[in-house]
Amino acid sequence: MFKAKNIAAVALLAAVYTAIKILRLTGIFGSYHEITIAQICINMLLACSLNLITGFAGQFSLGHAGFMSIGAYACALIIIRFPSVYGFMLGLIAGSLASAVVGLAIGIPTLRLSGDYLAIATLGMAEIIKVVFFNLKITNGAAGLMNIPRLMNWEWMFCLTAGSVALINNFINSRHGRACMSIREDEIASQSVGIDIALYKIAAFAIGAFFAGISGGMYAAYFYVLKPGIFGLLKSIDILVIVVLGGLGSISGSIIGAALLTLISALLQDFASLRMIIYALMLIAIMMFRPQGLLGTNEISFALFTRALKRESAK
Amino acid sequence: MSGNALTVEKLTKSFGGITAVSNVTLHIGKGELVGLIGPNGAGKTTLFNLLTGVYAPTSGDITAYLGEQPKSMRGMPPHKISRVGIARTFQNIRLFSDLSVLDNVRIAMHNSIEYGFAASFFHTKRYFEKEAQIKEQAIELLGIFGLDKKTDELARSLPYGEQRHLEIVRALATKPEILLLDEPAAGMNQSETLELAETISAIKSSYGLSVFLIEHDMSVVMSICERIYVLDYGVLIADGTPEEIRSNKKVIAAYLGEEKL
Ligand SMILES: Nc1ncnc2c1ncn2[C@@H]1O[C@H](COP(=O)(O)OP(=O)(O)OP(=O)(O)O)[C@@H](O)[C@H]1O
Ligand SMILES: [Mg+2]
Repeated sequence: MFKAKNIAAVALLAAVYTAIKILRLTGIFGSYHEITIAQICINMLLACSLNLITGFAGQFSLGHAGFMSIGAYACALIIIRFPSVYGFMLGLIAGSLASAVVGLAIGIPTLRLSGDYLAIATLGMAEIIKVVFFNLKITNGAAGLMNIPRLMNWEWMFCLTAGSVALINNFINSRHGRACMSIREDEIASQSVGIDIALYKIAAFAIGAFFAGISGGMYAAYFYVLKPGIFGLLKSIDILVIVVLGGLGSISGSIIGAALLTLISALLQDFASLRMIIYALMLIAIMMFRPQGLLGTNEISFALFTRALKRESAK
Repeated sequence: MSGNALTVEKLTKSFGGITAVSNVTLHIGKGELVGLIGPNGAGKTTLFNLLTGVYAPTSGDITAYLGEQPKSMRGMPPHKISRVGIARTFQNIRLFSDLSVLDNVRIAMHNSIEYGFAASFFHTKRYFEKEAQIKEQAIELLGIFGLDKKTDELARSLPYGEQRHLEIVRALATKPEILLLDEPAAGMNQSETLELAETISAIKSSYGLSVFLIEHDMSVVMSICERIYVLDYGVLIADGTPEEIRSNKKVIAAYLGEEKL
């Protein structure tokens, strides 16, 4: 059962990878398409990691871009000094750990907050991080970092994203992940069955921040330019929109949501003025007709299909 | 009787002006099934909330005699009290409603599943072994109420009576020694109630539990409880065997205008 599921997932990944590779080799996909693929990878990882915090553990966060920026700057600063694959690995690890530490630091004081208050606190945290990067000498202030060695290609990003999302998905399907979900469902009941809700709220923030840090590192090493302004509230909201659209509490939802929204915004690139309007209308429509998000809390699986088939045949 | 499982001494809880529980002293013996009755608003649920750490007492003490040493529950957070071996159900059902029936039970087994964070990220061999064990145990527990055929359904989609059953299964899944049941038969019909009363007695003996039961349905309380405490306006006004309670003048006065005993 587990094995069949894993094999199917790996087969699907391999198929997508091969398809992109062929399209790229035959020149059907140009560098413009490759950039879109890179953006999709980054957004997928951001969405899945935010989903862990907001969709699974139920902790509303408006500061995810802040976590991403820590990973991005830390990785950039390291690979500027050590421009090699090893430097990149070091940067990625350092960046994601730094981000996780900040996740801990934000998780602990905000333990007693929930809902709107938590959203405002996380928003404040992200703004503080942004202001720090604006003013630090080492990050070159508002002008930002330029000429970061370009150590990422889409193949690397594809694998890193797939691996990271698999780890998040594994975590969710474990006793620790279930503990996080029980907090979202009912804190009092969760405590009554022996779950240390403070521990798991903090863990969700730290793990979510860790993977946001990885996606920040990938961003830095692919787009080779960093400015504090990239990681503002708008970016956090962008990620939140993907998560809500795909379905709070659904990893497949975040994957599909990230691909869909990144593609749409890339396709509308040439109609800058129309872009935001179409984007907004689409979101309003989805929230009106499917407020639980595209997938709700469901995951795409064989079980889902068989259940849908049964429902059809029962009609 | 082989000693006490739980003692409560001079326990008081005030909410501003209201004293919901006032100077209550009681004990639950090991393996005993004790009832707690009283009119609406008497402070029964509040007493359970004090016993499980949802509220901190204003004064008084709660002691559990479950491990080697007696342990004071005062100031202990709910999750630690659960680990000591006290589990409960909720009067206003508090299931993890958007999760499956199986997950509701597995979450309650959290502390008896032995693998760490690394195993959860990498789904090691240990992960698969422990998860398989836990799933088997969860399904066995669900079998008590015939819920083992509904493992994949969402808790919210269960009929009301089965949601109450699932609450009991979830409490049992924490492997408690003391089980607190807050009106488990509320909203059930006569035959369901009778069946539940039998199941509670059966669970008590097969798992060797001490049970503290709040119930408005007197037929249940009178038939299965060995001893009964009566609360009125936060004060204990009587305790004794079902026969003693039935003929107690204070109890009858407290219930006057309510249902007959
Ligand atoms: N959190 C709270 N804040 C203020 N007052 C409270 C709180 N919880 C309970 N009370 C009050 O304490 C008193 C006892 O309530 P409790 O729920 O314990 O009664 P009960 O015996 O369980 O009643 P019922 O049979 O209706 O379930 C009531 O007057 C209630 O309003
Ligand atoms: Mg009550």
